[in-house]
Amino acid sequence: MDDILFHNARLIDPVTLTDSLGAITVKDGKITAILEKGETRPAKQTIDCGGLCLAPGIVDMGVKVGEPGERHKESYRTAGRAAAAGGVTTIVTRPDTTAAIDTPETLEFVARRAQADAKVNVCHMAALTKGRDGREMTEIGFLLDAGAVAFTDGDHVVTDAKIYSRALTYAKSLGALVIGHVQEPTLSAGSSVTSGKFASLRGLPGVNPIAERMGLDRDISLIEMTGARYHVDQITTARALPALERAKRNGLDVTAGVGIHHLTLNEFDVADYRTFFKFKPPLRSEEDRIAVIQAVESGLIDVICSMHTPQDEESKRLPFEDAASGAVGLETLLPASLRLVHAGHITLPKLFRALSLNPARRLGLDCGRLIADAPADLVLFDPDAPFILDRSKLRSKSKNTPFDGARLQGTVAGTWVAGRRVDQE
Amino acid sequence: MTFNAAHLLGIEHLHPTEITTLLDLADRYAEESRQGIQHKDVLAGLTQINMFFENSTRTQSSFELAGKRLGADVMNMSMATSSVKKGETLIDTALTLNAMHPDLLVVRHGASGAVDLLAQKVNCAVLNAGDGRHEHPTQALLDALTIRRAKGRLHRLSIAICGDIAHSRVARSNIMLLGKMENRVRLIAPPTLMPSGMQEFGVEVFEDMREGLQDVDVVMMLRLQKERMDGGFIPSEREYFHRYGLNAEKLSYAKDDAIVMHPGPMNRGVEIDGTIADDINRSVIQTQVEMGVAVRMAAMDLLARNLRAKRAAQTNVAV
Repeated sequence: MDDILFHNARLIDPVTLTDSLGAITVKDGKITAILEKGETRPAKQTIDCGGLCLAPGIVDMGVKVGEPGERHKESYRTAGRAAAAGGVTTIVTRPDTTAAIDTPETLEFVARRAQADAKVNVCHMAALTKGRDGREMTEIGFLLDAGAVAFTDGDHVVTDAKIYSRALTYAKSLGALVIGHVQEPTLSAGSSVTSGKFASLRGLPGVNPIAERMGLDRDISLIEMTGARYHVDQITTARALPALERAKRNGLDVTAGVGIHHLTLNEFDVADYRTFFKFKPPLRSEEDRIAVIQAVESGLIDVICSMHTPQDEESKRLPFEDAASGAVGLETLLPASLRLVHAGHITLPKLFRALSLNPARRLGLDCGRLIADAPADLVLFDPDAPFILDRSKLRSKSKNTPFDGARLQGTVAGTWVAGRRVDQE
Repeated sequence: MTFNAAHLLGIEHLHPTEITTLLDLADRYAEESRQGIQHKDVLAGLTQINMFFENSTRTQSSFELAGKRLGADVMNMSMATSSVKKGETLIDTALTLNAMHPDLLVVRHGASGAVDLLAQKVNCAVLNAGDGRHEHPTQALLDALTIRRAKGRLHRLSIAICGDIAHSRVARSNIMLLGKMENRVRLIAPPTLMPSGMQEFGVEVFEDMREGLQDVDVVMMLRLQKERMDGGFIPSEREYFHRYGLNAEKLSYAKDDAIVMHPGPMNRGVEIDGTIADDINRSVIQTQVEMGVAVRMAAMDLLARNLRAKRAAQTNVAV
């Protein structure tokens, strides 16, 4: 007999791209069967989903947790709670901590911390170069053995092409995935917004969006040279898309992601120097936002992630240029993404292709799918339920969300990791 | 009288009638200052604190003099040497000052938006004396008053702003003010010193100075802000002067009665020829300094009235 039967659910299947009523059975933490509407099987526990959406849990690729070094901003316990509340069943952490996660010892430490405290699955990315300073590659082999799922220097660009190409070549030999941040740093240095009318109006130093394409062009050239497996953390401008499309067409092992804030906000949201809207890369024009959404819809951009970046009040209560970048996103990723559905830009199955299936595939995880034998990592949500976000109620230790007071639609009714409910405190 | 603002943070949020109200009052103060008429009662009992996070001689002394002429107790804080250097954040500094109950806070800061941020945290009227590359509203207002007195009006004039637009808060405030008052604004700068997207502000953009100066009524020169540049904007000062420095020959493209302005301090021989700057028939640079005091008197007077009205209303509610 199965452990759980989820019935009367709207199944969002990102593999077949279907959205239909049905049921799911779960046993020993794994999905055992997908049942059509009307079919049923006996189970110890039956959950009536009441026609709400049941989808594979979100795999959030690129989450910053403040361990080690900045636990006052976010711990594994709080990040895990925030994830569970937001329907995220797998957190993929970034190594841009203080100190950076660049040795197997540090990786083992955070893995232990995550294991002990987080209620959801946690995978870890490790730094590509020691100290993320672009001079010497990390022990990629040992880090892989310690469980690293990908290698990235976060928002630091390895500027030296020779060092970068060696790291890529080495990573390629081990089959490791490298994640790049595409930005020509000599062009973007000192900037805090995208150049243009808004930057000029506010007197803020802007970066031309071409800096992103320059970074992408360089990285793609090096991927062509080394053959490494490569993923771009965030593509945020229209001008970078043709280069990405060409690289994929030429058969390079390249995928790309985008942060949720670049899909839902534009440069004008900064308004009167609101530092919760400061991001790296900065928010873009509305034309760029729409182009990037279309690229997610078409599948050119593979992954949507939260780019969860907790910052304390102190680092945001500064003049815009001095303030820290980034926003928390674990809990708001799903309702913010649903804005794209409600606006008619994308269907629910395609949304979950970008939120769950593609990141799982890229990282070699078996979750992210509604098929038999996949882990029972599930999110049950009401896509339409409206609410007004109150940042003080977020589970994250840091409350730096740009959606404070925003009207959002989509509430999580339950999150299960390996068949265990995790969203109840 | 129409002037409803609680702070003077920028020209962006001022209504044309508020600008006119302020300029009318400043005009009166300018006349009366010339006649030696004193108004020590206007700000009597109020405390004005000048907080300059960036060094300034002219603007700070202009604000100080304006406050003193109206009878305020003026205190200057040189933030370059204070606890800010010890790592105190801007907000903490603001809260500390706020606890001293100032009435008027005059702030200059090197970061765009810093004065807005500070204004959110204090209970007094805040005057922006320049924030980063964002705004310098009293400079734009004193320029406007100077133009209005020289030309007899502040609308339907053709005004050229020349030079380092990119690094200039003076340019931004002036573009907004002159636009609001329905003038034709032309910007002249080498492309490296012209911020992107300027065409969308309803101005005309020129790279050729002679073309840009054609038949203008006012030539507003900007200082080349060498201290804000991190290199590579212009090839050399002498080439800049050759192409964008104002001399008699280039000025001849403007109207015969065009006036020449400069917010100071001037780099003679870099953006302006010394003989033009000193030509009493063309240059109104000294008038600008005089109007600076008058405009700041008017601004503080109006803000103090609103502050007193607000406090009176609060007291009434409390009773």
